[in-house]
Amino acid sequence: MMQNIHSPTHSLDLNIVIIGASHAGVNLAFNLRQQGWLGSITLIDSDPELPYHRPPLSKKTLQASDTLSTPLKAEKAYTDNNLVLRLGQTVTAIDKQANVITLDDGSRLTFDKLVLATGCSAFIPPIPGLSDTLDEAGNPQYFAMRTFADAKAIKAALNNSTNKQVVIIGGGYIGLESASSFVALGADVTVIEKQDKILSRVTSSVMSDFLTQLHLDKGVALHTGKDVVEIQHQGNKHLVVCSDGTHYPADFILVGVGVRLNTQLASDALLTIEQGIKVNDVCQTSHPDIFAIGDCTTYFSKIYQRWIRLESVQNAVDQAKSVAQCLTNKAPLAPAVPWFWSDQYEYKLQIVGLSHGYDELIVREDSPTQFSVWYFNAEQLLCVEAVNNSKAYVLGMQAIKQNLQVNKQVLKDTTTALTKTSLLSE
Amino acid sequence: MAKVIFMTKTNGAVEVEGSSGSLMELAAANGVAGIDGDCGGVCSCATCHIYVAPDDFEKIGAPDEIESDMLELDDNVTEYSRLCCQIEVAEDLDGMTFVVAN
Repeated sequence: MMQNIHSPTHSLDLNIVIIGASHAGVNLAFNLRQQGWLGSITLIDSDPELPYHRPPLSKKTLQASDTLSTPLKAEKAYTDNNLVLRLGQTVTAIDKQANVITLDDGSRLTFDKLVLATGCSAFIPPIPGLSDTLDEAGNPQYFAMRTFADAKAIKAALNNSTNKQVVIIGGGYIGLESASSFVALGADVTVIEKQDKILSRVTSSVMSDFLTQLHLDKGVALHTGKDVVEIQHQGNKHLVVCSDGTHYPADFILVGVGVRLNTQLASDALLTIEQGIKVNDVCQTSHPDIFAIGDCTTYFSKIYQRWIRLESVQNAVDQAKSVAQCLTNKAPLAPAVPWFWSDQYEYKLQIVGLSHGYDELIVREDSPTQFSVWYFNAEQLLCVEAVNNSKAYVLGMQAIKQNLQVNKQVLKDTTTALTKTSLLSE
Repeated sequence: MAKVIFMTKTNGAVEVEGSSGSLMELAAANGVAGIDGDCGGVCSCATCHIYVAPDDFEKIGAPDEIESDMLELDDNVTEYSRLCCQIEVAEDLDGMTFVVAN
């Protein structure tokens, strides 16, 4: 374990600079004000857009008739809370001896406390020909789904395409949610996944098989175990070529094969990085005045007894709260339980916990369109994945959060309704 | 156009005005304290919990199954609880007061 090196009391009138104004950074800024922070708070982000929710990008933003972002907070709320937003600006260096950061326009800002909420960027694999996927005007026709600008560009590409043929490289959540939106928009969708199953890194074959069948039923051409080796071009048409010789035509390509963590600044500042920027229970890095929150961090989960890195809204929100508590000298919060959601077609998938390391899996099917998958390690409930079944999700959340025992017999018996009383005990 | 009031725990009564979108989006756009809407309005996080006045509850309507289940994540749930991301802003809300639960 890392040493707990944070000083016991922080003065509330210090200057804080937060690099990264997405879910984690923005929540932290507002939490700090709520908790009584008096000093200046500056939020910096290279994205010029007023900070927005990212999860709707692959869903609502893509599907709605107008192209609008979903702002995290109103512009006025920043002013009202005396928060300085510096958008469209990039931090180029941290001088941790002098407590100064440098921005791309050459300006310098001093800080008493610095928070890295730098997140991740979409990883664009070096597939030959991918970067030459352009339309006749020379605009890129290959996209990631990470920013509002990405979603806008994808929508434009779809509207401008002749056959609405889209190939998605990567069968992860981003790829699958986008596939679902493209289908709703009448596109002809192909998904190509390298592994033998979609979502193989994050879920069991039960959920993977269910989602595979769902996408096939909706008309998506879903191919697994295929490695994309080249993109060929003929005017406005592109051909996605796989190692087995199969190929798929595309008007444009969406790449969803994972992320690269934005840890360059942390690395330049010689902070400890292992998988992500390593932080302690209050999100402090190896430097006492520098904290890190969100997707770019790794922390030791007391619930799962291992170091984890999460890319989620929950983690961003909980880590932001944790830093605000610490800097305003409040008691630490209870260990956070990870949760996630995904909306695809008419299905709502809700996940609580992490399934990694399970030795028993119980599937409870309440109806053909409503089921839940429960992951155990002996008697400890690790994770619940619920499909159109918020009841199961909520009970799973309560069990994991309060460390309650799950009655497996009740769980397996679909004639017994799931309630807290019937299912959970101390 | 509907004018509604949110009774917040930290900032007292906040009057806001809107004509479309969800009540959560309207609250968030006006920085109403206690309405976080962490999931962006898809009934996945239960951070936009409000109490509807008993007299208005019939007009607003009861939560559906998913919403009722999600409300159970909050210890302060009552028979007048709703997640306001699931309530559309429309004229018939005009004049209503909602109490922010958290």
